[in-house]
Amino acid sequence: MNTLKKLLGVIWMILSPITVAFLVYETVIKYQEALPHAKANTLLQWSIILLIFIPIAIGLFIFGKYAFENEFNTED
Amino acid sequence: MSSSTIKTSNIKFVITSSSIGTLIEWYDFYIFGMLAGIISKQFFPEDSGTAALLSTLALFAAGFIVRPFGALVFGRLGDLVGRKYTFLLTLVLMGGSTFCIGLVPSFSSIGWAAPILVLILRLIQGLALGGEYGGAATYIAEHSPANQRGFYTSFIQTTATIGLFVALGVILLVRNWQGIEAFNEPWGGWRYPFWASLLLVIVSIFIRLKMHESPMFTKAKSTGNIAKNPLKESFSNKANFKMVLLALFGAVMGQGVIWYTSQFYAQSFLENVVKLNFDQCRTIMLWAILGATPFFIFFGWLSDKIGRKWIMLGGMLFGILCYLPIFKTFLKDTDIKEWQKQDQTLLSTKTVIKKYQADSLIISTKQYQTAQKHSYFITTTDTVLYSLGAKIALVKKDTNPVLLKTINKSTYIKFIGLIFVMILFVTMAYGPIAAFLVELFPTKIRYTSMSLPYHIGNGVFGGLVPFLSTLIVEYSKSSSPPNGNPIAGLYYPIIVASICFVIGAIYLPSNKKNESID
Repeated sequence: MNTLKKLLGVIWMILSPITVAFLVYETVIKYQEALPHAKANTLLQWSIILLIFIPIAIGLFIFGKYAFENEFNTED
Repeated sequence: MSSSTIKTSNIKFVITSSSIGTLIEWYDFYIFGMLAGIISKQFFPEDSGTAALLSTLALFAAGFIVRPFGALVFGRLGDLVGRKYTFLLTLVLMGGSTFCIGLVPSFSSIGWAAPILVLILRLIQGLALGGEYGGAATYIAEHSPANQRGFYTSFIQTTATIGLFVALGVILLVRNWQGIEAFNEPWGGWRYPFWASLLLVIVSIFIRLKMHESPMFTKAKSTGNIAKNPLKESFSNKANFKMVLLALFGAVMGQGVIWYTSQFYAQSFLENVVKLNFDQCRTIMLWAILGATPFFIFFGWLSDKIGRKWIMLGGMLFGILCYLPIFKTFLKDTDIKEWQKQDQTLLSTKTVIKKYQADSLIISTKQYQTAQKHSYFITTTDTVLYSLGAKIALVKKDTNPVLLKTINKSTYIKFIGLIFVMILFVTMAYGPIAAFLVELFPTKIRYTSMSLPYHIGNGVFGGLVPFLSTLIVEYSKSSSPPNGNPIAGLYYPIIVASICFVIGAIYLPSNKKNESID
């Protein structure tokens, strides 16, 4: 189980920047697709989403790092 | 803490006084979300319906986003000054801001000052809620014996759902009492639930003033074992911070999306996607909540016996597996094309002609009843060109009529059952979680440390379910299908809950129960 925890730690560390990249990409795409009168609204919505989820994604990276460093290991 | 130190009558008073205040805070917070449509019309400039709805939902989300900040601000205060005075303060802020929202004049009266005032008040609501829950849960847990902590804290877990129940009930009562038109007027009945909050909060403050400080905090304070800087000790200490992250990603994140999908998004889906009438949507929710609420206490109690982890994760897993079939059933059972294949009776017909610029609008509303006793209103709006004198030409035929459905009794009971089942998932995931969070952290930083992951999980991940799910459905719209995939919004909670389930299953400590806390 401890090996699995460590290996999954790598997944969480990888998932974190992928999430951020996906959100930034979506923000750009949605902004470009938005009708001229809706651009401000779209940018606002996606900026809020980015603002919230980037720190959470960083938290996921740190969580993965801790897992990789065996911080969550148990004696079993 | 030994069970002998707390008398049964004391713990009953602790639970009652804490829970009533927390229930009122949830009520205050939810009436805003439930009246989002009216608030949107009253406080925001008129645009398209979707823009107005998104503005309100964004505002709704703003309330949730500031919750984590409230958790930090009031959590710190609670770990420094004490639990009692901190959640007394949050109650005053919440009640005051809710009452004031009911007093803000509409956009047509004071212009942009209206949405700005509402936004500020909504932010104060979010801050106050961020500080309330952690304090109440901590307060009860610190009075509870170790072997009954899940059971006692489960009462505080019922308050969010009962708050939702009370909010639904009050809105339904006022709306039925006043009538729809009077309810929707600028100073109509929709404001009453906000004003009612003042009375509820005064009563709750009176009760809470009689409370004593938590015995664990009092002991910690008397021995000088309180944190000088709770924020620093919570988040710069690796041993604590890793538990904050584990609580968030392995438990609360999934629980948050399960909570909001089963209760808030389900109601929104029935009303906006299924097109069920206002009363049926709300009464379905009310009956389901009424039936499922005792299970918060059952699963809290059960977590004292068999451990908390797999009960919480079980609720998430059931949600992951069952959401798509349940929501597909809602759509299948109310498919208007299937209804129209049955023998139908025309119950009523009404035609109204309205002037619109140089033309006129013919608004036709027909009510049909199917052989299976479902009924629906179908409203079409065609444009007629009158400007050619005697020659009348139909220039635009409505191809997207407005529907309003009423389901028959057996389908109604079936929908109550399905919502009940979804709320059962909530009771599993949410019932034991207060005790679980309390047990992760020591007394001196408990308020701060447990509040933050709770409010990120519920406020951000959960609170954004209606907003993000609506966006996902919007983005699924294309030339084919023009209305998008109506259940695409479920992908967000299912993915979040799945990640949380995997993390929880692998990393959460197994079945620790009856642990003493210090």
